[in-house]
Amino acid sequence: MTTRTAVALAAAALIMIGIGSTFEKPLTSTVQWGYRGTGMVHVVKETARQKMALANAVPAPQDKADKTGKKASEVYQNVQVLKDLDEGEFNRLMAAITEWVAPDQGCGYCHGESGNFAEDKLYTKVVARRMLQMTQFVNANYTQHVQATGVTCYTCHRGNNVPQNIWYRDPGPDNSPLSRATGRDKPAASVGYASLPYDPFTPYLEQANPIRVLATQALPSADANNASIQRTEWTYGLMMHMSTSLGVNCTYCHNTRAFSNWEQSSPQRVSAWHGIRMVQQLNEKYLVPLQSVYPPNRLGIAGDAPKLNCATCHQGAFKPLYGVSMVKDYPELAVSAEQVAPR
Amino acid sequence: MANRQASMIEYQNIFTRVQVHGPADLGVPMKTDAWKRGNTTRSVHLFGRIGDAQVGPFYLGYLGLVSLASGAIAIMIMGFNMLAQVNWNPVQFVRQLFWLALEPPPPSYGLHFPPLNDGGWYMIAGFLLTLSILLWWLRMYRRAIALGMGTHVAWAFAAAIWLYLSLGFFRPLLMGSWSEAVPFGIFPHLDWTAAFSIRYGNLFYNPFHMLSIVFLYGSTLLFAMHAATILAVSRFGGEREIEQITDRGTASERAALFWRWTMGFNATMESIHRWAWWFAVLCPLTGGIGILLTGTVVDNWYLWAVKHGVAPSYPHLGPIVVDPALSEVPK
Repeated sequence: MTTRTAVALAAAALIMIGIGSTFEKPLTSTVQWGYRGTGMVHVVKETARQKMALANAVPAPQDKADKTGKKASEVYQNVQVLKDLDEGEFNRLMAAITEWVAPDQGCGYCHGESGNFAEDKLYTKVVARRMLQMTQFVNANYTQHVQATGVTCYTCHRGNNVPQNIWYRDPGPDNSPLSRATGRDKPAASVGYASLPYDPFTPYLEQANPIRVLATQALPSADANNASIQRTEWTYGLMMHMSTSLGVNCTYCHNTRAFSNWEQSSPQRVSAWHGIRMVQQLNEKYLVPLQSVYPPNRLGIAGDAPKLNCATCHQGAFKPLYGVSMVKDYPELAVSAEQVAPR
Repeated sequence: MANRQASMIEYQNIFTRVQVHGPADLGVPMKTDAWKRGNTTRSVHLFGRIGDAQVGPFYLGYLGLVSLASGAIAIMIMGFNMLAQVNWNPVQFVRQLFWLALEPPPPSYGLHFPPLNDGGWYMIAGFLLTLSILLWWLRMYRRAIALGMGTHVAWAFAAAIWLYLSLGFFRPLLMGSWSEAVPFGIFPHLDWTAAFSIRYGNLFYNPFHMLSIVFLYGSTLLFAMHAATILAVSRFGGEREIEQITDRGTASERAALFWRWTMGFNATMESIHRWAWWFAVLCPLTGGIGILLTGTVVDNWYLWAVKHGVAPSYPHLGPIVVDPALSEVPK
């Protein structure tokens, strides 16, 4: 073998390795998701599935509480949300919340070190109380999205003080010296690294701007919505977020030959529709108003409160925690405070 | 130099390993009093491996000069806008280059000229790019005339320009908004394309898009068939196609018989080039028509296709899904 041939072979081998390294690991399977020939398949990657299964392992529930027969509000001061809960079950839930949200800091993360558990000095306690109400609100009012599976603090927190998937308004780079910022065209994880608008959350998950861009009639008409291509890209950005947050492709909800057509969509699209409304309402009712409570280091660059989107709960899984219900072990989280019946 | 047999075997390769050097070929005498360009040529071995080793003589001319200049200014306007977006950071410019874009103005300006920083630079870059392309077209046309050739290359290029203008000029005009034009950027123009199809209910149901795809894939098929045929009979001199048109030799006869044997019909040495030219040209011609009809004449191609019996209906699996907005209680 001449030197030139050897060099050529080595170069060819390097190129092949380089190309090969971009390939997906083998072992993907597909689940048929619609009528044959429509391309509606759900792709499952084996390596990702194993990793995700580990990340979504559910912690064991707390041991059953011994009921004391006394309401928490009779025993403790300043109980505002779980007033009517039995003292034993109240303490059990507090232990669970500590494990879910502040496993390293313990009770002091919200209650401080003074020994007075009733005081509201720390912002963390004020926020925690509101989040407790939010959890109850979701479980009691959004069964169209969370079904009977429900949510708990763990659905979002997963042992972190602050859930890993939250969002702030992203004003993006300042207007450049040459052009006004357009809110798009930068590599952004929020939209799966497309060049689409990278903050679809503010218009669609905080505000309730119309998401639908397709015409409902074949031919142009005066009452058509006449959405521009640029507005379509904002909707497209939101859909990229939903797709990456759930670890699914478009066909999980849509028959892609007719994105807007409901008759050909999967039932999951209805869940997603309710999910969008749920997130809008939670941001509006619970998360945005907490802005004044947070210290500056918890606020975004625009000075706004942390908010939630699809990824906050889903974290890459089509159902958070792959559909394992934790709320069944904590029924007090499944009813809105006002509806808790005295025991 | 090897004997003739050996050199022909050498020649049957994507790379030409045998390169014969002779006096520079300066082309035919010009009929017109065309600018007598310098007769500088040189020989590049690497070029010779994939084509003709001779580089030059060049003809730039006023049209070429202005075309290159306006094209360069257009590209620089795009590039500097992108560079400004990453705060003049050259490293970030390279890293984010595929995402960066010079975007058309927002819809609020309609067909008015927007401020420079809100799409104005886009309009200027688009104008200069268009000017550059049109001047280059004129240059191709005039060079073909100067050489006494037909103007087929220029008209094929015009077909591509038609699609370019349909996307960036004619359709925005018809829609009444420059915001409908395509952004200048690598991923952004691809995302724009996907959004365009989504917005108008799936471009695959646009019959002119269908035709465009037929001619696109048809072009590659014809190209492969023709190139394979000529390579296969080049051992009989088949690559000298022009001679074979007027004086059909055994290469042409074998190639023709091959296709009659295998598919019952053959194009001729001349007509195959008309087939290929029309397929290539019809791809952007039909595509441009499809673009112009979208949003102007048809608002949702899927629904249009259902209306006209083009889109089949499939049995639905699972529960009936109804738009939840229909049962939404107004706030």
